[in-house]
Amino acid sequence: MQRFIAKRALQSLLAIWVMSLIVFTLVRVTGNPLDVMLPLEAGPEDYARVSKHWGLDQPVYVQYAIFLGKAVQGDFGNSWKWHGHSAMGLVWQRLPATLQLAGFALLVSVVIALPVGVLSAVMKGTVWDTVAKVIALLGQSLPAFWLGIVLMWIFAVNLGWFPTSGRGGIQYMILPAITLGWFQVAAIMRLVRSSMLEVLDSEFVKLSRIKGLAEWKVVWKHCLRNAAIAPLTFFAIIAGVLMTGSVVTESVFSWPGTGLLVVDAVRARDFQVVQAVVIVFAGIFILTNLLVDILYAYLDPRIRYQ
Amino acid sequence: MSRRIGDVILEVDDLHTYCFTSYGVVKAVDGVSFSLRQGETLGIVGESGSGKTMTALSLLRLAPRPTARIVKGSIRLGGEELLTKSEREMRAIRGRRISMILQDPQTSLNPVFTIGNQLIEAIKIHHPDGHRSLVRRAIDGLKQVRVAAPERRVADYPHQISGGMKQRVVGAIAISCEPRVLIADEPTTSLDVTIQAQYLRLLREIQQATNLGLIFITHDFGIVAKMCDRVMVMYAGRAVETGSVRDIFNRPSHPYTQALLNSVPSMDDDIARLYSIAGQPPTLWDLPEGCRFAPRCPHADDRCRHEYPRAFSVGEGHTADCWRLEKEWTPRPFSASTG
Repeated sequence: MQRFIAKRALQSLLAIWVMSLIVFTLVRVTGNPLDVMLPLEAGPEDYARVSKHWGLDQPVYVQYAIFLGKAVQGDFGNSWKWHGHSAMGLVWQRLPATLQLAGFALLVSVVIALPVGVLSAVMKGTVWDTVAKVIALLGQSLPAFWLGIVLMWIFAVNLGWFPTSGRGGIQYMILPAITLGWFQVAAIMRLVRSSMLEVLDSEFVKLSRIKGLAEWKVVWKHCLRNAAIAPLTFFAIIAGVLMTGSVVTESVFSWPGTGLLVVDAVRARDFQVVQAVVIVFAGIFILTNLLVDILYAYLDPRIRYQ
Repeated sequence: MSRRIGDVILEVDDLHTYCFTSYGVVKAVDGVSFSLRQGETLGIVGESGSGKTMTALSLLRLAPRPTARIVKGSIRLGGEELLTKSEREMRAIRGRRISMILQDPQTSLNPVFTIGNQLIEAIKIHHPDGHRSLVRRAIDGLKQVRVAAPERRVADYPHQISGGMKQRVVGAIAISCEPRVLIADEPTTSLDVTIQAQYLRLLREIQQATNLGLIFITHDFGIVAKMCDRVMVMYAGRAVETGSVRDIFNRPSHPYTQALLNSVPSMDDDIARLYSIAGQPPTLWDLPEGCRFAPRCPHADDRCRHEYPRAFSVGEGHTADCWRLEKEWTPRPFSASTG
């Protein structure tokens, strides 16, 4: 197990390094940040001066070497847009809001999707199952930006049940969490349903009934643990979807998290902040994957010994 | 052999289990009657889809819901009617008084729990006890099915042991609460021949030790000859012939039984081609009106095609559902297997 974790940690570092290369290159192909930063009347000498100040006059590989050298020490440079703030400082400042929203959305989606998925498998073919399938279909086909605006229009503007935007108490979280989480609800539910159906049909379920085991125990002990293995792998992907989803959702609801931060940073060509956000997102994504792998081995003994 | 055949423990009368599917009603079990005595082994023989497994699951009231339903009949275990029991009462009976070994040991155990956990669970349902004593019982259970080093095996996961060993564990689970009736549904089909012989020997030993009534479902006449006292041959949801092993082998009276026995290759004959029964078994949602075997039967006449034969007695405890027997034998006066 220790070897497994060590190996995975090494792979993770490699992945983050590759990620840094990609993001470093990508932000630079979006255009010259000075076009956005400097006023329209700025002359070539202004360009040269600011370029030199930020180190943008150096060849790209030198810039990358400097970036990498500082990044491994946790320093992603200073923001160009938000003067006096370090890029990483901004990320840390905004991250709690994003984690709060994503965590809440994940919690809500698991709490809803797991039982609904299990019950819709157990009651396959009934009205309940159909209702669950419709919810899943809607969740997977409604785009977040549209869903967010419609929810806001119905529940915040017309009914006035929730505030339209901003961050505050739990009432501020409900609409963004639904927007962010519905897709996940649908995906988890469908996965749980299909793997439950498969497991419910297996011989060991028959055997546990033959033993005289109560049906709820057959379902929630024997089936769920087996059926949870497939959806669990999906949690790793969900972590990514929640991170990227936060970009859209936070923009719609003006939720002051990293998603909103990165949108503003991209608009301002604030390379330092974009780089910091993407690397942190990648780190969170990779960490979640690692946790899922460990949890996976815990749930399925067949993996532990391989 | 110390086994003694005692009183009737299980009586099944006119059992009908139908599956209600989108194709129509599948008459999986359609009027099956038999009885089983303590210490006796009844073989249920027939090809795939003849209703053997559905009969077995019906005895436990575990025919897959919501499709399958027992629509008619009676199952009496130790004199008690099972079909009127509540689900709760049935749970107290399953595993405790009637139990079953499934066909495929590879999938009969839950892969994410240790075999000890699964065995203890079975014991705990009917005998709640402290953990330590349950573990001891589980180890004893594994000993009973000749699992080597049972103290270590209890901590193993199913994927860590062989198929034959798994089937022993399934056996240990099935007999852990000393049921009076054990159904073995083709328990050795997926095991190789030497393991199969060991397993059959083990089942006989368990039966001798506990004097339980054994229902052995198989399509292998070799196993029937080795294991069973009596045989019930099933075809398309009906028991077409019932009798002692000797009678069935020496005087098969239903054309289907005769055909089945003819299909068993003999070591002595040098034949170029294996015998096989012409035609296909009927689809169960579209059964022929009369005798179900009529379309494949070499002796079928008009009557066979329009009227299901009653059970005719061919000898002591030997009956067969075939019109040809009417001329030779008098019908049993109390025959119940029409309908």
